[in-house]
Amino acid sequence: MSEHTTPTDGQPIVQMRGIVKRFGTTTVLDGIDLDVAQGEVVTLIGPSGAGKSTLLRCVNGLERITDGTIEVAGERLSYTEKSLNHLRARIGMVFQSFNLFPHMTVMENVAVAQREVLGRGKDQARSRGAELLERVGLGHKADAYPDNLSGGQQQRVAIARALAMDPAVMLFDEPTSALDPELVGEVLDVMRALADDGMTMMVVTHEMRFARRAADRVVLLADGGIAEQGPPEQVLDSPTSERGQAFLQQLAEH
Amino acid sequence: MSDFLELFAEYSPLFLEATSVTLRLTAAALLMAMVGGAVVAALAMSKVRPLRWLATAYIGVVRGTPLITQIFIIYFGLTAVVTLEAFWAGALALAFHNSAYIAEIIRSGFQAVPKGLTEASRSLGMSKVKTLKRVQAPLALRTTLPVLGNQYIIAVKDSSLVSFIGMTELFQTSRNMAATTYEPLTAYIVVAIYYLVIVLALTALVAWLEHRLSAHRRPAQA
Repeated sequence: MSEHTTPTDGQPIVQMRGIVKRFGTTTVLDGIDLDVAQGEVVTLIGPSGAGKSTLLRCVNGLERITDGTIEVAGERLSYTEKSLNHLRARIGMVFQSFNLFPHMTVMENVAVAQREVLGRGKDQARSRGAELLERVGLGHKADAYPDNLSGGQQQRVAIARALAMDPAVMLFDEPTSALDPELVGEVLDVMRALADDGMTMMVVTHEMRFARRAADRVVLLADGGIAEQGPPEQVLDSPTSERGQAFLQQLAEH
Repeated sequence: MSDFLELFAEYSPLFLEATSVTLRLTAAALLMAMVGGAVVAALAMSKVRPLRWLATAYIGVVRGTPLITQIFIIYFGLTAVVTLEAFWAGALALAFHNSAYIAEIIRSGFQAVPKGLTEASRSLGMSKVKTLKRVQAPLALRTTLPVLGNQYIIAVKDSSLVSFIGMTELFQTSRNMAATTYEPLTAYIVVAIYYLVIVLALTALVAWLEHRLSAHRRPAQA
C-alpha cells in the first residue's frame, strides 16, 4: 500500500479552484473551490442535478471544465492526450454501472491497464491483480467473465481494477446506485476498508450511512455550488444552510 | 439422374478450377473491402463534417446503383487509362461495392460499444489508440461478426456478375457448360451446388469464429 502515496507535506492531493462547467447555456458548476487532503475521504451529496457526478468527472478530465484549474498530486490537469493519460493513470475511477470489459476475464480486466499503461510484465500484472482480487474477496473469480458475476461482485472487481494502477486518489461515482439492496453492503464494506487503509477518496453517494461512518468530510452541493461542508455529523445532523436543511428534510421524508 | 451425375463428374475439373477463381476473386475483394470499409467508417464517424459528407455520398452512390453497372463502369473506366486484368478489375469493383456495406457494419459495431466502457478504459489512462485496440475493436468485432459473415456470403454470390467482364469464374463456367451441352438446366443446377457448398463452408467458419469469440457470454463452467 506504500506505492500510491506521495509525500506531500499537507499539500492537497486534489486541488480545485474556481471550477465552472457549462453545458451549452446551462451552468452546472458555478465557481467551486475544493481541496482533498492526503488520506482524506470526502463524500459529495446533494439533490440530483446538483452537479456531484459532473464535479467528480471533471477531476480526471472525463468532463472538460469551462473555467478554473484542477491539480491532482501536484500536476495541473490539461487536455492534451498525453497529459490526460498520464494523470488518469494516477486517478482511480469507479462507475455506477461498473463498466467492466465484458470480453475479458476478471483477471484480464484487472491486468490490462497495468500492462498497457504502466508497462508491467504479465507475471507482475497478474500477481498484483491476484493480490487486489483477494483483497476485495474475489480471488476465486479470476477466470470468470463479468457477465457471470453479480452486480456487487462486478463492482468489487471494478474497484480492484482501479486500485491496480496504484492511484493517488480514488473517485467513486454513485458506486452502489445500480445495485440490488442486498448487494450494497459488500461494496460499501470494501470501500470502508479502503478508507481505513488511508486511501484518498472522493465519493458521490446517496448512502448516508456510508457518509456518516466512513467520511472525514461531507460536501453538500446544490445549485452548482457548495451549500455546506464539514464533518458528517455536523452536515447531516445540524445543517446551517437553507439548502442543506431542505435536502436533509427531503431525505428524512423517504 | 445418371446423366446428371455423368455431366457433373465430367465438368468437375472445370468447376473446381473455377471455384478457385471465384474464391480468390472474392477473397481479394473482401480484403480490400475490409480496409476500404474501415477507412469509410472512420470518415463517417469523423468530427470533420466534409469528411462525413464524403462517406455519406460514397455510400449513397454504391447503394443507389446496381452492382453490374459499377462493375462495367470500373472495368471500362479503368481499362481506358491503365492495362488491368479482368481479375483485378473485377476484384476492385467488388471491393468498391462491398466497402460501402462493410463501412456501415463497422460503424454500427463501434456505435454499439457502450460509452461507459470507453470511459472506463480512458479513465485507466489508456490512450485513444490502446482503447481502440483493446476495448472498442474487439467488442465491435464480436457484435458485427454475424452481419459481416452475411455480407461475405453476399459477396461470394455477387462475384458471379464479374463473369460479364470476361472472367471465367464459376458462373461463366456454367454458361459455357450450358452452351456446349445444350443442357442449361443441368448446368445451372451444377453451379448452384458449387455456390451452396462454398456458402455452407463459409457459414460454418463464421459460426466457429463466433463461438470462439463469445466465451464471455456463456454461463460459467462448473
